[in-house]
Amino acid sequence: MSKVIEGIKYADSHEWVKVEGNVGIIGISDYAQHSLGDIVYVDLPSEGDEISKGEEFGAVESVKAASDLYSPVSGTIIEINSELEASPELINQDAYENWIIKVELADPSEVDALLDAAAYEKICE
Amino acid sequence: MEELKLTCLHDKHVALGAKMSPFGGFDMPIEYSSIKEEHHAVREACGVFDVSHMGEIFVSGPDAERFVNHIFTNDITDAPYGKIYYGIMCYPNGGSVDDLLVYAMGEKRYLLVVNASNIEKDYAWIVEQSKDYDVVIDNLSDRYGQVAVQGPKSEEVVERLLGLAVGDLAFYTFKEIEVEGETIIASRTGYTGEDGFELYGSHGYINKVWDALIASGEVAPCGLGCRDTLRFEVALPLYGHELNDDITPIEAGLGIFVKLDKEEFIGKNALAEQKALGLKKKVVGIELIDRAIPRAGYPIEVEGEEIGTVTTGYHCLSVDKSVCMALIDARYSALETPVEVRIRKKTFAGKVVKKKFYQKNYKK
Repeated sequence: MSKVIEGIKYADSHEWVKVEGNVGIIGISDYAQHSLGDIVYVDLPSEGDEISKGEEFGAVESVKAASDLYSPVSGTIIEINSELEASPELINQDAYENWIIKVELADPSEVDALLDAAAYEKICE
Repeated sequence: MEELKLTCLHDKHVALGAKMSPFGGFDMPIEYSSIKEEHHAVREACGVFDVSHMGEIFVSGPDAERFVNHIFTNDITDAPYGKIYYGIMCYPNGGSVDDLLVYAMGEKRYLLVVNASNIEKDYAWIVEQSKDYDVVIDNLSDRYGQVAVQGPKSEEVVERLLGLAVGDLAFYTFKEIEVEGETIIASRTGYTGEDGFELYGSHGYINKVWDALIASGEVAPCGLGCRDTLRFEVALPLYGHELNDDITPIEAGLGIFVKLDKEEFIGKNALAEQKALGLKKKVVGIELIDRAIPRAGYPIEVEGEEIGTVTTGYHCLSVDKSVCMALIDARYSALETPVEVRIRKKTFAGKVVKKKFYQKNYKK
């Protein structure tokens, strides 16, 4: 069974977002990392990039395929997790500890429309 | 949607918790533990692949040798019993029907081992071409199960765990062995670049082989995921990627398997002309400077213009580099030519290199 944690929100495209003040911390779920298998590359955006909810902001690559990442929120990217450049497999080790980008939220209410843990667990069945 | 076929080992893969996916019309295991782990198990020790989905087509009869030479680019004239030939079946324009192995079974009989995704097409093609030849064509693909046991420890494993005397087999030869009341075929062949064996037998026997190998704990079950990463590293082509009805064996760099001095074969004139006039397109190796990963279908560009497409690409597991094989305009095919690969919205710099990214370790 894949791990789903409480207190954060999920998109049905398997990204999660944790809100800290006005910042959204974004990663992919345990279900996603397990489906992908060994992650060998993370295609990261740049700090300062503007993104919109639902827009593709990068990709996570397994041995076999590239999987696009879709932002669950709109805003400005203020930090990227550069540890993932040398060690993309960190996401396999802990998908919730190892975030991918941090976004200054343009519209914090967007998070309300996302799935909570129970609802996300349902769609993974 | 057409129902997927199952190999005789399907239940074993499901029981082992393999990630399954359709391939060539079959429900096949992609990975059991992880592609990386399985890949390294084959390079360092021993792995076993279910390849029962492959096709087995027998050609027999008074005209068998002449007919096989007619449809096959390699030369099987006077082939001694026990020898195996790799080659291609071509269309008259030189495009490829399939790549395959031909086993010389003796007594005017040949076993053609073809790709799973092409069994029906190949059988129809072979039957169609056989009209003026005194031959019988038998598609026995459903009757055979097949496993590939691959890796530096494979000889010792097959001899000890399966009791099969394969140690004296030279590369690209086979023997028939009486075991468990049937005749099986064991060949020193494979698709990984390591020493290894392919075993053909009844569904029951192949199940016993699989069970014995897995139960020992010494042989890793390996799926199609690492089957592709392994063959890719040693520049072995995959039909549908480096070969198709629009890519000739010469364009794919397989000219040594095309015997233009044979009297005739389907596609000979087109291929001879192509060789004489020079190629317009060619399959080459490309190495990226970055870690970004080139994948099948991604465009290759030079100065903003598209000059080709990636046929297969990976972050190479044995040699920590992002590399690919690509079909490109032959004018850019010289080694060291700088090119770019377009990956999603950005381009990444690379250069043309030899296709063999990893050294093969065959027992010769």
